[in-house]
Amino acid sequence: MDRILKSRNVMGWAQASPLALILFGFLVLPILTITVVSFWRATEFSIIPAFSLENYAFLFGSDVTYRVFFATFKYAAITWALTLGIGFTVAFYLAFHIRSQTMQIALFLLCTIPFWTSNIIRMISWIPFLGRNGIANQTLISWGVIDEPLEWLLYSDFSVILAFVHLYTLFMVVPIFNTMMRIDRSLLEAARDAGASGFQTLVHVIFPLTKPGIMIGTIFVVTLVMGDFITVRFMSGSQKANVGRLISNDIALLQYPSAAATSVVLLCTVLLTIAILLRFVDIRKEL
Amino acid sequence: MRSGADLELVHVTKRYGDTVAVRDVSHVFKGGSYVCLLGPSGCGKSTTLRMIAGHEDISDGSIVLEGQDVSYLPPARRGTAMMFQSYALFPHLSVRDNVAFSLRMKGIDRAERDRAAGEMLELVDMGTYAERLPAQLSGGQQQRVALARALVTKPRVLLLDEPLSALDPFLRVRVRAELKKLQRELGISFLHVTHGQDEALALADEIVVMNNAVIEQAGNPRDVFAAPRTEFVARFMGGHNVLSEGGVRYALRADDVRLGPTGRPAIVRTVEYQGAHVAVTAEMSGTEILALVPEATFFSDPKNPGDAVGLAWDEGRLHRLQA
Repeated sequence: MDRILKSRNVMGWAQASPLALILFGFLVLPILTITVVSFWRATEFSIIPAFSLENYAFLFGSDVTYRVFFATFKYAAITWALTLGIGFTVAFYLAFHIRSQTMQIALFLLCTIPFWTSNIIRMISWIPFLGRNGIANQTLISWGVIDEPLEWLLYSDFSVILAFVHLYTLFMVVPIFNTMMRIDRSLLEAARDAGASGFQTLVHVIFPLTKPGIMIGTIFVVTLVMGDFITVRFMSGSQKANVGRLISNDIALLQYPSAAATSVVLLCTVLLTIAILLRFVDIRKEL
Repeated sequence: MRSGADLELVHVTKRYGDTVAVRDVSHVFKGGSYVCLLGPSGCGKSTTLRMIAGHEDISDGSIVLEGQDVSYLPPARRGTAMMFQSYALFPHLSVRDNVAFSLRMKGIDRAERDRAAGEMLELVDMGTYAERLPAQLSGGQQQRVALARALVTKPRVLLLDEPLSALDPFLRVRVRAELKKLQRELGISFLHVTHGQDEALALADEIVVMNNAVIEQAGNPRDVFAAPRTEFVARFMGGHNVLSEGGVRYALRADDVRLGPTGRPAIVRTVEYQGAHVAVTAEMSGTEILALVPEATFFSDPKNPGDAVGLAWDEGRLHRLQA
């Protein structure tokens, strides 16, 4: 017994097992279950354990699926571009223009204030602002910029993307800021010494060295947006769809096998997207 | 002897708020010479170098290179280039692209800048490493790349900020010989900041000793070592004793002190074998005196801590200090 405990192999396995068990129970098992269920058959009122491809056949045969997946990618792409633009700018300002560390920390905490309240509340608080008779429309009318309330402010792609950007920009700021803080400041001086202008330093030194942070932020934002359903539902007033809503509708109708099949396809799509992204940038040294 | 290629500091001052990092420094660095700025940390030597490079604004005074006031020009337009302490190589660029960086910033096309970079890499013997990334090089190799990168702009003055401090002692001695050789071949000025007096003595045509934001003494290495102007210089250069006699201070070289049966009475405190010499510290009426005794002389009559000895020197070897 004593000898078994002292063996390096046994100790190694013992140390790794708690995490392995948790990951197996809460990650691998649910995914396996979903995958199994996705091959089951269902009618309006019953679920039949079987091996059938009809869920997938229906999914890939329906033109709704392609439109919804396209919409999901569209949301992800636009949100990514906007959060990257804003996130990079904010992180750049924090990392390179704020000299005192106290001020850096203070401004950084300021960025996190919206996160002191829940996603849902942050989303809902846009509604009185953007609504037909909301603050935005009333202000614009009183300024004489517009004569009639703008209809596209709320319950539109605009409001959905606005909420996404609002919710997820910080997920872009944090990793980019983190990477930028690790850039050796003497590199910027070396660039200046070599005659690089501020913009050239940004393009040739700061941006390439910030790529891993951008990639981590990208993974956060893309996975969050692609898996979301509640933001799209609230901010579009149930008028727009993405894959998440497709799944949640199926669940609401107790069509678990169909929901599971859609989930498996979504999971594969997200994993493929991340795999493609990781081909471009090596993020290992950031982890 | 003034020539057109001189670098001149005219009443240069640097203040950070209330503290003065460099106080009213004026000096002429002769063109084409190897100058070491020597001093303890915080003495203002690095700030002086960074002001010459243009990475630090000057608070007062001006910097003149080859007759042109460069005080307010950006670093790249001064005719200087800097080699940074940690080399500051761009980690995402190959050795070749690092060296060619400044040419790329000028918009020179790839073929031309690769050719120039290759030439520089040959100069520092790094031609075969052009494709590597900085992380794949040793410290000494990185230092050569940094040197090539600084030289590719054809500067008239190369500024080196403690270039050898990141290297191990053995490599340091080899690299400093290479630096000196390179400076002679190129015929441009090297301005080298260091806190190691041995480095300065070995390399410099002129040593500029700084302390407390001012220049304490400047001159060729032999003059500075043999005739220190102040107590600080005598102590910082090492190998000197500072004696006080009749209210006047003198510097006495440690290798001028003899141990013997006669002379001023003292007690041996420590004995350190250093190879060619033995360093003996002895206490003479409250002052510690260092004597560097040639090995053979010492071992013909060895001393141990606690022994009573006599210390003797020729009076003519006492060098009067001005401060």
